[in-house]
Amino acid sequence: MKNNELKIKDELQEESLFNGSLGRRSFLQYAGVSAAGMALVAAGCKKDRGYPDMNAGATLDFKDDFGVLNYAYALEQLEAAFYVKVAAAPPAAFTTAQKAYFQDIQFHEVAHREFFKNALSTAAIGSLEVDFSSIDFTSATSVLGAAMAFEDLGVAAYNGAGVRIKTDAYLVLAGKIVSVEARHAAYIRDIISNGSFADLNSLTALGASNANGLDGALTPDKVLAIAGKYIKTKINVINL
Amino acid sequence: MNIVNILEEIEKVDGEIYERLSPRRSAMKDFYSMGKKIALAAAPLALGSMFNKAYGQTLPTAVVATLNFALSLEYLEYHYYNHALVAAPTLTIPTGAPLAAITTIRDHELAHVNLLKGALGTSARSEITYAMTDFTAGGTFGDVYSNYLTFLKVALGFEDTGVRAYKGQATVLKGNAVLTTALQIHSVEARHASHIRQMLAANGASIKPWVSLGAGGISNDTGVPQVDAVYAGENLDVQAGVTITGINGNTGVTKAAAVECFDEPLDTASVVTIANLFLRTGFKL
Repeated sequence: MKNNELKIKDELQEESLFNGSLGRRSFLQYAGVSAAGMALVAAGCKKDRGYPDMNAGATLDFKDDFGVLNYAYALEQLEAAFYVKVAAAPPAAFTTAQKAYFQDIQFHEVAHREFFKNALSTAAIGSLEVDFSSIDFTSATSVLGAAMAFEDLGVAAYNGAGVRIKTDAYLVLAGKIVSVEARHAAYIRDIISNGSFADLNSLTALGASNANGLDGALTPDKVLAIAGKYIKTKINVINL
Repeated sequence: MNIVNILEEIEKVDGEIYERLSPRRSAMKDFYSMGKKIALAAAPLALGSMFNKAYGQTLPTAVVATLNFALSLEYLEYHYYNHALVAAPTLTIPTGAPLAAITTIRDHELAHVNLLKGALGTSARSEITYAMTDFTAGGTFGDVYSNYLTFLKVALGFEDTGVRAYKGQATVLKGNAVLTTALQIHSVEARHASHIRQMLAANGASIKPWVSLGAGGISNDTGVPQVDAVYAGENLDVQAGVTITGINGNTGVTKAAAVECFDEPLDTASVVTIANLFLRTGFKL
């Protein structure tokens, strides 16, 4: 029942976002144009950098902390959309306990998404359109595999972006979130294969090192390249 | 951006900046010649590279202190698990998945010790040996090496403290490449904590893989009052002035969910107090 309430709320929010899309888009255009102008001046040569596409999509401008926060907001949107869908109709093979914990994770990711939306306020990018066509939501194997991929990637994304954050409070906030994502990752990995909670050898493609006991860490361009298959909205990255 | 202003700012805290830079004129030359080719956005990176050349591998004092603090905690964690695996005949960790998990965690803690020692080089603190520790915490956990459940409860205390401790040091490392490494350790500790919580749950404890709201709204969700200090302030549901409970009409985000979805940092003094419970007199932090 709570889940239905959430779904309705989500739909309402999406609707209101669409209604407000004109204002949001013009803000993005304004921000994008000025950033492109700066990049052009700075480069001193227009061959070095193309103009970002202003016609569609979301622009992540990494020139300051808002870019990093919007990047996190984009990833949290993706995760929340995935878990909302799973929690609304979990695979039949899920146990009662697994259904309950996927509900928990759903609300964690929704809370992260809404937190960034509120914290970024007018600087927030719009809602992303997701593409989950590669996931079979009736199959526990498919859902768990996708959940693991999202969580491990999310951890690597926060770990890799932390060094870009200039404001103490934002850095701590990213830290507060990433450890929760790591707890999710470990839980989901243990469902797939008990004991794989921190199988760092399996995470080397995300920058992990088992010899040094280090988790993944990836730069935003690499993260977005991997996440891209789940996102329809064009994401423009500038000043990375 | 004016490089002269930057150098003057640095001179205020390091009077020898010009001496440091002048024998390394090639570093400055590299920087200026690069300026024509790169975008302004990349300038801080080039500048950082120049200062690395000028300062060599010297880490700022505050960073050294933080890394040594982390090293102390990693020594404690390593000895805690290692002793359980190699020298605690009265402790039975079930073979199979539980023994494999504790071994994995021990190996990670040892890797962290070695990594931090390597990064610190000659600035590394002296070694903490098992003999310097007291994992009964003066008798509070008297059966820690003979009762598997007690062993798991104290292990969870270490892991959740570790997660909070690294988070608490993040701002000291801000903008430094070392921060990325610290974050990579931090999330591994969170994975450990999640798994040990699942091990406790498998043995009958009512506990989630994430830090939830304790009974009656208290911050400690483990049901082990002896570790209250580990969870002090974990029941926060306001982040950066934003109330998370019920955020934007999402009633599914209960107070418990709001507490679960953000882990809280712990300041140095609080972590030291916890760590010192497990160190013998004469070896406390």
